[in-house]
This record gives sequence, structure tokens and C-alpha cells, in this order.
Amino acid sequence: MRPLTEEETRALFEKLARYVGENLQLLVDRPDGAYCFRLHKDRVYYLSERILKLATNIPRENLVALGTCFGKFTKTQKFRLHITALDYLAPYAKYKVWVKPGAEQSFLYGNHILKSGLGRITESTAQYQGVVVYSMADVPLGFGVAAKSTQECRKVDPMAIVVFHQADIGEYIRHEETLT
Amino acid sequence: MAALYVEDLLARAEEREAETRRSVAVHKELELEFDAGNLLAVDRNPVGRAVVAREALLRTLARDNTQLLVGQLWGLPSERAEGGAGPVVAKLPEPSTRLPREKPLPKARPLTRWEQFARLKGIRPTRKKRGTLVWDEAAKEWRRRWGYRRAGPNPSRDWLLEVPEGADPLEDQFARRRREKRERVARNELSRLRNLARAHRGAAANELHPTGRQDRAELGRVSAVARLSTASRGRFQPRLPKEPPAPKSAGPGGRKRRFGPVLGDLEGEKKRQLELARSLSAKKPPLDLTRAVNKQLRQDEAEAAAAAKGKKRGQRGKRARRQQRRPGGKKSGGAARRGSQGSSGSVGGKRKKK
Repeated sequence: MRPLTEEETRALFEKLARYVGENLQLLVDRPDGAYCFRLHKDRVYYLSERILKLATNIPRENLVALGTCFGKFTKTQKFRLHITALDYLAPYAKYKVWVKPGAEQSFLYGNHILKSGLGRITESTAQYQGVVVYSMADVPLGFGVAAKSTQECRKVDPMAIVVFHQADIGEYIRHEETLT
Repeated sequence: MAALYVEDLLARAEEREAETRRSVAVHKELELEFDAGNLLAVDRNPVGRAVVAREALLRTLARDNTQLLVGQLWGLPSERAEGGAGPVVAKLPEPSTRLPREKPLPKARPLTRWEQFARLKGIRPTRKKRGTLVWDEAAKEWRRRWGYRRAGPNPSRDWLLEVPEGADPLEDQFARRRREKRERVARNELSRLRNLARAHRGAAANELHPTGRQDRAELGRVSAVARLSTASRGRFQPRLPKEPPAPKSAGPGGRKRRFGPVLGDLEGEKKRQLELARSLSAKKPPLDLTRAVNKQLRQDEAEAAAAAKGKKRGQRGKRARRQQRRPGGKKSGGAARRGSQGSSGSVGGKRKKK
């Protein structure tokens, strides 16, 4: 476990800012106590100072996970978000997509969202903007990347892909062994 | 009485003889393997397990095996050294066991500058490597191709020289030839030394020769060494105005990568990260063209829709008004409550057509 270096922090923040924009500052500077990012076994964890202090008592080899895993650094030093970060991204998300109840299951099985399954979308969403996916009952289901801007969404045919799938809460079951 | 005495004597003599034979003849279950060239004997017989007299057992084993090896040596062809007066010398055969090298393999000779250039450009030597000896027809013997006592007529022994066309007739051709040779030798010596220096590139300090001209790279290396040659190993040495920054790689000038402490300055860490987050959000381009165009399009659409509705309202009256109220009442579920930016519009398309 160690703090992130300058480059790692930049890579992490650039990825997070795609979903939460300037709300990222709210994650770093929280009113309810000091929170920080720590790197452990190439994974980035978001944890409170209290848990950080507790975790220092555990040897590095024995420490499996701590706090909330946000994602991991690949071997080429790129950052990949994990679905476990959803709880922190969803409240601050700038751009959202709501999925119709019929298309929820398809998304939770790891498929892209088609125009036919799109319930609503935040106005002025640009193409390739990171979005958080909700069900119509406002339950966060995952996140993805907008394949089309909001304007284009109105015109495309129903079978066109509107949001590229990145992560969904179905991974809690599908990738149970690798999610930490 | 006398017979008994003789028998006793005989037995004792036999015993003594057996004793001497035992020291020469050694019996082994398995024959030893000999490699006389290396003076090597390999004994594959299992060693007996003696717990008490282990040392003695090993000693006798070593003695017996050495006896066998020496017996082998005596079987080899031998002669007396120093014309029959000296000691007996055996002729050892070629060793059959291959031993590993004592020293590592010699390193390949570093390429000279010309060889490097030729390899880079793909230039191959036009002729095969020539031997150093050539047959001298005049002297009727093998002589060196060049240097002292070389083959062919010796150019320095010429008693007459032609004055080349266009040359100064008063110029001493012999002196000129001597001078040119001196220059050639000096140039070859210089390039030899240069190749040698290039082969031993590590010692940069040696490159600081006071009078010779140095190239850029040499000077850079020398200045890097000089930078570190202060009492504080160059820590407080200011950089020169146009000097490139120090290389990041670990080396004489590099620094080891260090991570911050796990439980260090949390406040400072937060401050740094906030700054980074602010700089990230500030880096956005001032005008996102597609977004601006989209916004304008949207506005135009909304205006057109409003104008159309205003026209229709007069005709339809009550029903139209109810419809206008509807989107706000039923559809503005999550987005509005969660305070998200921008309004959330329906994309279904069905409603829009009305």
C-alpha cells in the first residue's frame, strides 16, 4: 500500500473526471472527514483516514483489500474503472442515461444499450462522454460511454447502439472472484 | 621336531610375500575408468558404510585407487629423459574427459569506427582477408606483405624518382615521400588510439585532453562528471542557462524513485490533489464547437415548437393546454430531484410528434 505518484493521480483523475466532471473535487475534499486514494497491488482504493490507519497494522502480503476499490492500473499504466466505484460516481454523475425496464436485463448481462432500450438521457450529452446508467426507478446500474450525442440519439434507428457498456452491477456475480 | 620348524618358517615367508603383493594388487568389484591424459581415475564401486573407522576406510580406498592409477601409468609407453640418463617419463595419451573452461570466453573485439560505418551502410569487403605472408619472386622466399623486410622492391631504397606531371620540378620528391609517409603513420596511429578510446568509453575523465578538440558528446559527458565533482556531489550546483535537464534514468546523475509515506502528510496530499483536479477542470477548451452547435439547434427546435403550439392553442383550447402541462407533471422524476445539470428530455419520439 502506498500513495499514488503524480502520474498515477493524473491518470486516475482524468478517468474520474469523465464521469463526474468538476464534482471530482467533492470526492477529494469531503466535509465528513479525510479521505484518500491508496495503491495496493496495482489497485486504487478510496478510503477514510481511520481505515487507512487500521490497515497499516496488516502486513502487505496479507492485505487483500481496503476501503473501496475504484479500479486498477494496467501493466501499461492505464487506469480502468471497476464497478465497485459506482457508489461514489453515481451521486456526482454529470451525465446520466435511464434504461427502460425491458432493456435492464440485457445491460446487466454486459450488452451495450440500444436506442430501443433508452428511456431518457441527460440533455447536451456529447459523443463519447462518460455516463452513468440508471434504471427507470433511479437505481444506478453501471456506467458506459455515450456512443451518440443527445441530438443524434433522436434520429438514429431503434437498433443502433447508444451507450457503450463499460461496467454494470451484474459483474458482482459474473466477476465475483476478481472484484476486490 | 625339525619338520615343524621348517613348516613354520615356510608359512611365515608366504605371509610376508602375500603382504607385499597385497600392497600392489588391488581387487575391485567394478573396473575403474581411467583417463590417463588427465591423470584421472573414476571409481564407481559403492563405498562401504563404516561408521567408526570412516577416515581409515577412505584413506585405504584412496591409496588403492592411486595404486591402480599408477599401475595404469606404468603400462603406458615410456622412455628415459635426457638421453637415457634422466628419470623415466611416460607419454600420456590425449585426455578423453572434457573439462569445463577455466576462464570465460574472450569477448569479441569492439568494432573500429570504419567497421561500424561499413556495417551500418552494408559495405562488404570486396576481397577476402589477405594473409600476411606473400611469395617474393625476387628474393625467392616468403615475406611479409608490409612493414620491415616486406616483399617486393623496397620503396625507400629507390635511387631515382620520377617527377610527376604538374609538380614543382625543384621539389625534392624523396623528401615529399618521406613526409607523406610520416603523415600516414601519424594518422593511422591517431585513429588507432581513437578506436581504443571508443572501446573504453566508460572513463570520461580521460577524455579531458587539454589541447585536442572535443566533440559535443564528449564535452557533455565531461561536464556531467565535473558537475558531480563537488563536495556535495553536485546537489547544489545550479544548471547552466541552456543546459538540458538531467536524465531521469538511474545512473551517475539519476535519482532513485521514491514513493511518499503511507501515513504522511494527508493535508498536503489533499491540497495537491485538489490543485490537480482544478487544473484538470480548467483545462477544458473555452468553446466546445459541437456542444455550442447542438445547443443552438436545440434552442431553434424549441422556439419552432413553441410557435407551433401557440398557433394550435387557439384552435384546440382545453385539450392542448392539458397536454402542455403533462411533461412537467409526470416525467421529471429522478433528474430533477437529484439536482442534475440540464433538463432531461424524453427521447422516445412518440410524444414529440403530437
